[in-house]
Amino acid sequence: MPFLESVRLALNTIRVQKLKSFFTLLGVMIGVMFLIAVVSIVQGMSNYVENDFAAKIIGVNTFTFRRRPNFNPNTTDDQWREFQRRPRIYAADVELVRSVQPVGNTSAIVNQSFIYASTIYARPRQAQVIATEASYFDIKKLNITSGRAFTAQEVSAGAKVIVIGTDIVERQFGELDPLGRQLRIGGMPYTVIGILEKQGSVFGFSLDRQAIVPWTTPVSRLIQPRGDLQSMIVQGPTREVMQDGIESAREVMRGVRHLPPGKVDNFALETEDSALAFFDGLKKQMIVFGTALPAIGLVVGAMVIMNIMLVAVAERTREIGIRKALGAKRSDILSQFLIEASTLSVIGAAIGIALGLAAAKVVSMLTPLPAAVAPWSIGMALVLGAGVGIVAGVYPASRAARLDPIAALRQE
Amino acid sequence: MSPHTDDVALSTTAERAAVVQAAGAQPDKDWVIVTRGLKREYDMGGEIVRALRGVDLAIRRNEYVAIMGPSGSGKSTFMNLIGCLDTPNAGEYWLSGELVSQKNDDELARVRNKEIGFVFQTFNLLPRASALHNVELPLVYAGIGSAERKERAMEALTKVQLDNRATHRPNELSGGQRQRVAIARALVNRPSILLADEPTGNLDSTTSEEIMKVFENLAETGQTVIMVTHEPDIAAHARRVVVLRDGLIASDERKENFTSKLGL
Ligand SMILES: Nc1ncnc2c1ncn2[C@@H]1O[C@H](COP(=O)(O)OP(=O)(O)OP(=O)(O)O)[C@@H](O)[C@H]1O
Ligand SMILES: [Mg+2]
Repeated sequence: MPFLESVRLALNTIRVQKLKSFFTLLGVMIGVMFLIAVVSIVQGMSNYVENDFAAKIIGVNTFTFRRRPNFNPNTTDDQWREFQRRPRIYAADVELVRSVQPVGNTSAIVNQSFIYASTIYARPRQAQVIATEASYFDIKKLNITSGRAFTAQEVSAGAKVIVIGTDIVERQFGELDPLGRQLRIGGMPYTVIGILEKQGSVFGFSLDRQAIVPWTTPVSRLIQPRGDLQSMIVQGPTREVMQDGIESAREVMRGVRHLPPGKVDNFALETEDSALAFFDGLKKQMIVFGTALPAIGLVVGAMVIMNIMLVAVAERTREIGIRKALGAKRSDILSQFLIEASTLSVIGAAIGIALGLAAAKVVSMLTPLPAAVAPWSIGMALVLGAGVGIVAGVYPASRAARLDPIAALRQE
Repeated sequence: MSPHTDDVALSTTAERAAVVQAAGAQPDKDWVIVTRGLKREYDMGGEIVRALRGVDLAIRRNEYVAIMGPSGSGKSTFMNLIGCLDTPNAGEYWLSGELVSQKNDDELARVRNKEIGFVFQTFNLLPRASALHNVELPLVYAGIGSAERKERAMEALTKVQLDNRATHRPNELSGGQRQRVAIARALVNRPSILLADEPTGNLDSTTSEEIMKVFENLAETGQTVIMVTHEPDIAAHARRVVVLRDGLIASDERKENFTSKLGL
């Protein structure tokens, strides 16, 4: 029997038994819906991480020299204790690392923390305070829309100047022009000299709450009370030069800390790769979690479809007998029921895709998680739907195909 | 003149003996059905029911045969065998010169589709399909395209005067009309034999007459017809009557006066 004929027959059966078909499809529908939603969210997240996050938060071709890694998923207690025992990083270490960097690498000390910022105009609010050097603006490609960045001279002089993001401008100064006005960071007064270009947010975390000050000012003491340094960011002109810089830094630090070969580093040199690896891990976990549910849905869906098809075969024994008496071969009956089962589940999958896309849209509207539809996931869902139907249909269909025509005809 | 008038005088018993004798030998093409020692047994939990105990029968092309006999004598069993719905436990069955008793399932399906039109007592129409679609079914399994299918199905419905009921479903038709749809379906693929197992068994006497007229007209146009019936007046329409008893042929007679009765 031709394929289209079988599909038409299947659609007819579904049309006649709308409600029953709907319940039959529920499992597949829910399974596919979650699959599409989860894949879209994970895909959106990883697009974001790969395109925006790495460049905005970490910087291109940069590495960070710090006491312990920032992006370290699933830190164990042992690891944590080891991190605590690590020697702190002081200005001398930073200078040492800096001295061995290849020509062309630029670097900036970075101490950062969330500290209350206040003005006489508004309530205090937390700002992401970054105490750093003048080169930081270049490394992070930060543009100044009005005013200016601070200079290396101001850093060496410990000038209490500050460059702020647009969120802080709005919240602390309202309609006022902040340039030249005072902003208190942890109670200490700074003079606003520049405003950063609006950057938007990453995962709902605003990048416009930054307040950048010279690291030589008292705020550093608030962030690192022991007088050590939190980190240094180093940027190379190319990836290779940056990698060189990492190796040189490692070598000189291991030397100065007398680490014998075989002993692990007691400092961290992180690149955007470690951040991306961190997110890859997160993504895998989400996919495992996010596909377990759909998988259960699909298995349940397959079982329901199998059951319904067995009932259909029993109910339609006489029809099968008639068809066989008129010349239907085993393969005709087999394909009729297989196509019927997979038409059912493909329709379920199609409805599930629509619902999944809607769910992804809703999630991206209500939460900071961005959702991006992966075209392959739609194709996969359809194939999966057809597959579930075929798997679920094989047993009932082969039972139908093996029926003896006379016995089938005799059934009432 | 019918091609059979010459044979009228010949005894069917002698004829049968001549055709059926040589086991394994291919019968003359003119004999559309030849069975040799056909046996069918059912194992009912240790007890063997011998429904057919060795049936030898030969039927010529264009014959109109009635099969009679008491209930349980094996008529339906025999019809199912020659309709290729069932396979014998022993014996040979030649259909149009082809040995079909040893064919596998799929080959039998092809034979049912191409060579045989079967009309059942209970009509056996698909309840959810229109009359037209029911008639189309054999053509679907013959792999014929939709347009030609429709055309031929319509043609077959016209032959049984039901072209104006093509879109009706079986439950919107009378018993006689349903059986006519079934006849149209049996004829649509131009089978070499038309088999009918008590086709009027579920119909009242006037409707039965109507249906018998259809069979008679078909037989007159040269269609080979084999029909099981309980009723002598229905068997009276046929030109040859085979009586089964306890799974064996009890008598096999051709009616001398048949042609005159038809006014030929
Ligand atoms: N599927 C079956 N299983 C067991 N026994 C069967 C089966 N089909 C037929 N028989 C037996 O075979 C014998 C012949 O049955 P069959 O149906 O051929 O009779 P029949 O001549 O058509 O009778 P009727 O005139 O009542 O239709 C009967 O004894 C019946 O009980
Ligand atoms: Mg019977």
